[in-house]
Amino acid sequence: MNTNTFFHSVTLDKDKCKGCINCIKRCPTEAIRVRNKKAMIIPERCIDCGECIRVCPHHAKKAIYDSLDVLDQFEYTIALPAPSLYAQFNHLEDVEIVLRALLELGFDSVYEVAKAAELVSDATRHYMARPDILKPVISSACPAVTRLIRVRFPSLIDHVLPFNAPVEVAARLSKKEAAKRTGLPMEKIGAIFISPCPAKVTASKMPLGTGKSAVSAVVAISEVYPKLLKHMHADLTSEAPTAQSGKIGVSWASSSGEASALLNDNYLAADGIENVIRVLEDLEDEKFENLDFIELNACNAGCIGGVMTVENPYIARTKLKRLRKYLPVSLNHAEQIDAELNWDAPLEYTPVLKLDEDFSVAMEKMTEMEQIEQSLPGLDCGSCGSPTCRALAEDVVRGLASPDECIFKFRENITALVDGIHKLDGYIPHSLRGEKEDEHDPD
Amino acid sequence: MSAIKLHYDVDGTDFTRAGEASASVKKTLRQLGVRPDVIRKVAIALYEGEINMVIHADGGFIDVDIDSEKVSLALCDHGKGIENIELAMQEGYSTAPDEVRSLGFGAGMGLSNMKKNSDEMRIESTVGVGTNVYMTIRL
Repeated sequence: MNTNTFFHSVTLDKDKCKGCINCIKRCPTEAIRVRNKKAMIIPERCIDCGECIRVCPHHAKKAIYDSLDVLDQFEYTIALPAPSLYAQFNHLEDVEIVLRALLELGFDSVYEVAKAAELVSDATRHYMARPDILKPVISSACPAVTRLIRVRFPSLIDHVLPFNAPVEVAARLSKKEAAKRTGLPMEKIGAIFISPCPAKVTASKMPLGTGKSAVSAVVAISEVYPKLLKHMHADLTSEAPTAQSGKIGVSWASSSGEASALLNDNYLAADGIENVIRVLEDLEDEKFENLDFIELNACNAGCIGGVMTVENPYIARTKLKRLRKYLPVSLNHAEQIDAELNWDAPLEYTPVLKLDEDFSVAMEKMTEMEQIEQSLPGLDCGSCGSPTCRALAEDVVRGLASPDECIFKFRENITALVDGIHKLDGYIPHSLRGEKEDEHDPD
Repeated sequence: MSAIKLHYDVDGTDFTRAGEASASVKKTLRQLGVRPDVIRKVAIALYEGEINMVIHADGGFIDVDIDSEKVSLALCDHGKGIENIELAMQEGYSTAPDEVRSLGFGAGMGLSNMKKNSDEMRIESTVGVGTNVYMTIRL
């Protein structure tokens, strides 16, 4: 498989990996196997949701992101703080404090992702009024969910909102603005996202819905946070305020923030990857009626639950509520941002789960898989390195494993072998059998 | 070429489990590389059938046959049967009890949705004996 097609920001620290089965059992797309005592990610199946990072007791799964040194790579740098960043601090009363701290840290300017989120919300409200769209519309903001739909729920692709995520819109608008103001060429301007999640790293390197992302680099909230603390001052008298987002934009950080911004109660908002999968399954079966919008976030509680954040997601949500209280509803409306907003490449089905290109071969493999599954104990213990017995059966027909990897089968084989030895032990050839006095061998 | 046969028992007492057969068949069809629009038709038809079996018949069983040309679904129950199949097929016609309707089911769209999403559908039903619904969805 071409690794360029499937860059991932979730990777493995081999030295720390003990080869246990925690991650393979939790992966929602069965993308991890344990081979040669180490976990191994199947790149075409991984959706960068970060569940394995969350669950690994040895901290062997990690997110790749850029370090703040990227600031030196550009002549002009723009910080793109995710709204979830605001929810990380204690007693934060004004977003302004964070934005100015970012400038002190070395960024030349700040463009709030929350601001772009308000533009996306406004555009979505207009989109929802169109008569020619398929409802319910599914949010495209969480890249892990978009990737999940692409590999596992192809029949729902046409329901996905064909807009770039707020961070992409923020990067495009802010770079354009900066180029105009500074006269610098685009490549010398760095739009650097301060992100709660690894899926956003992947989305910037291997975007869906667009050929190339305008996000120049992605740094983790968890890395910026301690550095930022030193620069946070409550004294805001000196300069003109830079904060440009209201309640709607900031609310995108937690689950149902995006949906409630549509000012339409006919929505469903689900968070946590298992819940997301259940909603998508039900949606595919047309279990829901009369829903206009579906917001799905792979992380519990939404982006504030991302693995690159520092605060407990539920505490973060409380902090966010407090911060939001005194903000205006929305500060950004109906700008003409079609070029920055609309996808320029369609979302396409990537059938990575297919057993074979040829239907009849796939049928044969499927039949064989069913047979192998029947012969396995069905305990889904994971000791073979595959997450379930069915997954092992699938790995066998794909030529990636042998049914003998099953330790219960192995035990059966050993028992059979021991029985055989016992039988052999008691066995005396004809030539040696007979009367006691004849038992002495001539040799 | 061999056909793939799948069998599911539908628990008639548990609403929350309706949809399990649909989810499993979807997974199989995806692994076979079946077109997404076909998978969706099968999913909808099957889920409607599962729900019907829970509402009206205390469960039953489902047999799924997949070959190179079609997916065949047989949904069999030993429920009370359908008195007038033609009437039951009409959109909005429902004999679902109130407690089922209060859960958001029983709107009388089940059979018509099944028909809409299958290429062929046949119903055999005897009052007091049970109902068999056969559906075919071409690949």
